[in-house]
Amino acid sequence: MSGTHQVHGDQQPSGTQRGAQSGAQRGTHQATYLGMPAFPQAADASTRNTQLRANLRHATHTIRAKRATAVAELDDWSRLRAAGAAIKDRTLRHLDQYLEQLESAVTAAGGQVHWAADADEANRIVTELVRATGEREVVKVKSMATQEIGLNGALATAGITAYETDLAELIVQLGDDLPSHILVPAIHRNRGEIRDIFTEKMSQWGRPAPEGLTDAPADLAEAARLHLREKFLNAKVGISGANFMVAETGTLVVVESEGNGRMCLTLPETLISVVGIEKVVPTFQDLEVFLQLLPRSSTAERMNPYTSTWTGTTDADGPRTFHLVLLDNGRTDTLADTVGRQALRCIRCSACLNVCPVYERAGGHAYGSAYPGPIGAILTPQLRGTQSELDASLPYASSLCGACYEVCPVAIDIPEILVHLRERVVEGGPASVRGTRTVIKPAKGHAAERAAMRAARWALDHPRLLRTGQRLASRTRRFHPRRLPGPGRAWSDTRELPKVPEESFRDWWQRTRGGSGTGSRPEGRKKTT
Amino acid sequence: MTSRDPGTQDPGTQGLDSRALVMARVRRALADVPRAETPGEVPVERTYHRVHGDRTAARTVDLLAENLADYRALVHRADAPSSLPALIARLLGDRGATSVVVPPGLPDSWLSAVPDAVRRVPDTAELTPHDLDAVSSVVTGCAVAIAETGTVVLDAAPDQGRRRITLVPDHHICVIRVTDQVVDSVPEALERLDPARPLTWISGPSATSDIELDRVEGVHGPRTLEVILAGPESAGRS
Repeated sequence: MSGTHQVHGDQQPSGTQRGAQSGAQRGTHQATYLGMPAFPQAADASTRNTQLRANLRHATHTIRAKRATAVAELDDWSRLRAAGAAIKDRTLRHLDQYLEQLESAVTAAGGQVHWAADADEANRIVTELVRATGEREVVKVKSMATQEIGLNGALATAGITAYETDLAELIVQLGDDLPSHILVPAIHRNRGEIRDIFTEKMSQWGRPAPEGLTDAPADLAEAARLHLREKFLNAKVGISGANFMVAETGTLVVVESEGNGRMCLTLPETLISVVGIEKVVPTFQDLEVFLQLLPRSSTAERMNPYTSTWTGTTDADGPRTFHLVLLDNGRTDTLADTVGRQALRCIRCSACLNVCPVYERAGGHAYGSAYPGPIGAILTPQLRGTQSELDASLPYASSLCGACYEVCPVAIDIPEILVHLRERVVEGGPASVRGTRTVIKPAKGHAAERAAMRAARWALDHPRLLRTGQRLASRTRRFHPRRLPGPGRAWSDTRELPKVPEESFRDWWQRTRGGSGTGSRPEGRKKTT
Repeated sequence: MTSRDPGTQDPGTQGLDSRALVMARVRRALADVPRAETPGEVPVERTYHRVHGDRTAARTVDLLAENLADYRALVHRADAPSSLPALIARLLGDRGATSVVVPPGLPDSWLSAVPDAVRRVPDTAELTPHDLDAVSSVVTGCAVAIAETGTVVLDAAPDQGRRRITLVPDHHICVIRVTDQVVDSVPEALERLDPARPLTWISGPSATSDIELDRVEGVHGPRTLEVILAGPESAGRS
């Protein structure tokens, strides 16, 4: 090992030897979402990054149009969508039964099932399982669950190097970067940036990039193929997530495009899959709905290039040992919220990110978790709670335009949950935190808003006072500031204050009788005038 | 079990192992679900189509060919009697293949026209990933093919071999029997498949959309996928 790896792009001598120690060095330096600023601050910085905005705009607009075409091919899309939502609801309402059924089926098929209450426990289980094999290197299929728990960092601390094999995850890993999209974690990088990362960094992790690498996507894909080939062929341990787990049969499903998934799922001797407990579906037949909904929603394809399913272990074909780690990590807290529960239907297609005007401008990193975009804005504050400033700010990272709900293949009413979570942040109230029913305190930053709402309620309950106030406001309108003073300043930073009219509606009505001049007053208006 | 702050310890779950802890949390989270409710009582309406559109069998095979080609699979037809062996030999020849992996149950006639100079590599347990990486091509059958999506499904039956043999070599020739292996839709395919077997659904050669969400064919799986739609008489006598 000739020198350690630096985080921020320092040049390394090419041909650096790989080894367990270098892996640990690399890993412990890896980027993390911990300590990230609240969404408004993060977005304030990212929206000024014109390169990022151009990359995101290009990518999201490309996929948006393609998705619409792929969905339009199926005239029963809305029925598939309703069925997808219903199957997930059925599963969630009886999750205990389905998890038990899944566990017995996986065990009967030769797999071993482990349970992890939180991220630390899942990381510890996986680390121990890898250690038991005696291996110091693992190959990984792209997995949201392992991103969520920060598995690569935990493995690195234990001296185990995890190689990401999905092209976009590879770009992120080589660039000491964080994922910014569920489907395409390196969506914030354009082809030129990717070429530079490959040229500069591949040699530190294994086979260097070919001489004179161009920025043509086909050439970049070829460079990734060559770089990862030796890792696949030598791999003894593979780590994956899963898109679906079938309770009835114990079958796991991984949906992918590149073939890196197949490599990790079939060549190693040991396979460890870390999967959220909400990924279960009741029957093998239920896959007929999700295998139609998912590819068209995510990559806008009739079907993705490769889907692998496996049930336990198979003699002489694929891994001899299969471990399934079932992960809670806040999912049961989400399940306990009858409004927010529907977020657990999510099949991680990322259609909501691609249509979101806020995501398109702020980028994925601003959401401060593995789950960016609209789904992240409702999932992260439920999985992690709303205690931190960042997590409390996420339900506000939306204009509530509803485009996310419209494209969601399992009909998650994201705007409804956003408003629900805003209420929880401002008002506090009962919630489940790490399995315990607690009462959340109202967030500090919203004291002014609560005071304003209380004042408004009081004023609206006192019509005479309201009238006096309105008249006073009208008479003084020339002197009104354009921005609010004091705690209201932040609010008016990004908003126009409404203009106070010369005369209130009710005064106008009283004066003109609704403009008709007949003098007859509609019934029911008497007591308010 | 994770050590926690005593103040946030789940009530009544101290000392439980993680399985019991998670199950207890799930049950508590579902306090709103009536105890008597069964999963079947949560309605799931399967009013979606079983098949999209109404096609003749021949038209279904045409659609399969179109959709496979749309995702860059190379599609060939073997309709004439005994035409399949010659076609396979030609495809391997055009490719310049020097070796081919042979699943244990591949019909003998399929490779009968392939010159002896092309080394046959049997799919055995001793075959390492490195060995496979040195082989030019693989020829297999399939379990079922889906017209609407342009998908072939392998189930590791004897004419398809272990999953790895259709993954590591860079050239895959997959033969579909049009008389009994083509279905219209995903629901029809699932019905025919056995979940206990490892399944690989293949829709075109490997691809990625990871660079600017632009689709590029050919990453880790075989970069060339050739599909042969074989008529009933095409294989000749085994």
